Order: sequence, then C-alpha cells, then structure tokens
Amino acid sequence: MHLILFFLFAGFCLAGAINLLVQSHPISSALSLIVVMTSLAVLYLLLGAEFLAAAQVIVYAGAIMVLFTFVVMLLNAGREERTMGSRTACTVGFPAVVAILGVLATVILKAQGLGVAGLRDGITSTEELSRVLFHELLLPFEVTSVLILIAILGAVALARHGDGDPHGNQDPHGNGERTAGK
Amino acid sequence: MEIPITWYLLLSAVLFSLGVVGFLIKRNLITVFMSIELMLNAVNLSFVTFAHQWHAVRGQIFVFFVMMVAAAEAAVGLAIIIAVFRARATLAVDRIDLMKL
Repeated sequence: MHLILFFLFAGFCLAGAINLLVQSHPISSALSLIVVMTSLAVLYLLLGAEFLAAAQVIVYAGAIMVLFTFVVMLLNAGREERTMGSRTACTVGFPAVVAILGVLATVILKAQGLGVAGLRDGITSTEELSRVLFHELLLPFEVTSVLILIAILGAVALARHGDGDPHGNQDPHGNGERTAGK
Repeated sequence: MEIPITWYLLLSAVLFSLGVVGFLIKRNLITVFMSIELMLNAVNLSFVTFAHQWHAVRGQIFVFFVMMVAAAEAAVGLAIIIAVFRARATLAVDRIDLMKL
C-alpha cells in the first residue's frame, strides 16, 4: 500500500515538476506547481507528518499559489519567448546541475544505516509538535511572526505607488495594482 | 509493504535539480520565482524524511519555519515583481538587465 501510494504521488510530483519546465504559459506552470505541492503533502502524510501535510496544503497550495496565480493574472503575463539565455547558463549551469545531482545521489546511495518507511510507523501528533514548538522553540516562533509582519509591511510599501517613484510614470489604472501587494 | 528511506531522498534530490534547471531555462520572472519555490519544497521533503528516520520532532518544526519564511519571501518577491513590471513593463528576464555588466 505504501509502495503504491509512494510511486503514484512521486510520479505526480515528477510529472508536475517536468510540466512546470516545459509549459510556456506561466499560469500552466503555476497549476503544475500546485500539483507538485499537493502530492508532496501526501508524501508528508506517508512519512507521518500530519500537521505539515495540512500546513503544506493550506500555506503552500493555498496561500502562496493563490498569490502567484493572482499576480500572473494581474500582470497579464503572456507566453514567454524562448531564448537560450546567456552562454554562461548553458556552459556552467547544466554541468553544475548534473554534478549536483550526481553528488547527491552518490551520497544518498552510499549512506549506511538508513531505515525503511512503512504505514505502521506511527504519526507525529500535532500535540507532540506543538509541545516542542511552544516550550523549547518559543523565541524563534515569535521572531518568525515579527518577520511575517515586516514582510507584509514591506510588500505593501513595495507594491504601492510611492512618492519616491523615480520615473513618475504612474499609469491611471494603478488602483488594481495597489491592492495586489496587500 | 515498506520502502527504503533512500527513495524519498532521491526524489528530493531530483526535484531540487529540476528546480535548478527551471531557474536556468525559464525566461519569465514569475516562473523563475516558481522554480525557487520548487527547490524549497524539495529541501522540505528531505527534512521530513530525516525527521521520520531519526524520530526527531525538530526536523518537522524546521519545515514549519521554512514554510513561514517562504510565505514571507513570496509576498515580498511578488511585490518586487509588480514594482519591476510597473517600471519596465516586461516580465522577460532578458530585458531586465539594468544591473548586468
């Protein structure tokens, strides 16, 4: 059962990731990224992380990807033209990717003492997770909430029409864009 | 039926590499940003796998923090993309080259 579920959703993950690369329209890429993230939530559940599976669906597939699709539609992003980019990306980048993958795969395959994962392994309950989070890691948690607040303020400040706009070419239809960052 | 932990780690490595390839070949600013999110997700899968392997709750909490930072990053990054689009009226990374040597 675990085997079937793993192969099914790992296949979805890889198919979504490859589809993200080959699609030329940003909205198609965004939808395939949603497939990847939802499949990853199922894989988290198989590994016994129930809270993270829920958070993955709500935060990633929900909030972040809604933001992405919203911006894609707001900016009316059309098909991207395919250029080959800089020569550096081709000559250095792709061998580097192959090297990274090779090194990672070698390290993973040579590692000793890695166990197995099954459906009977038990689930890390949310209670256990929150006990560690709020007893031992309370300060990092609070710092993260301050970070989120700063990020919200920064997003609003960046996306609105500021007075310090260097070009001053504000379009008259800026109202829709102003709400985008909030 | 049990499967080795190694397969999860290999899946994570492949997803990360696909994210890097997307970062290199995509020519749209938003899609490049999506590739970064894909890489973050791949690393999260590694964290969850190792948390399962060593029965460590802190690994899962690390994923929680990575998610929060990714949410903040997405908000700020998309705001920057909107500001760039307003200034340059394009999303093609080839034409946003003001800081290029």
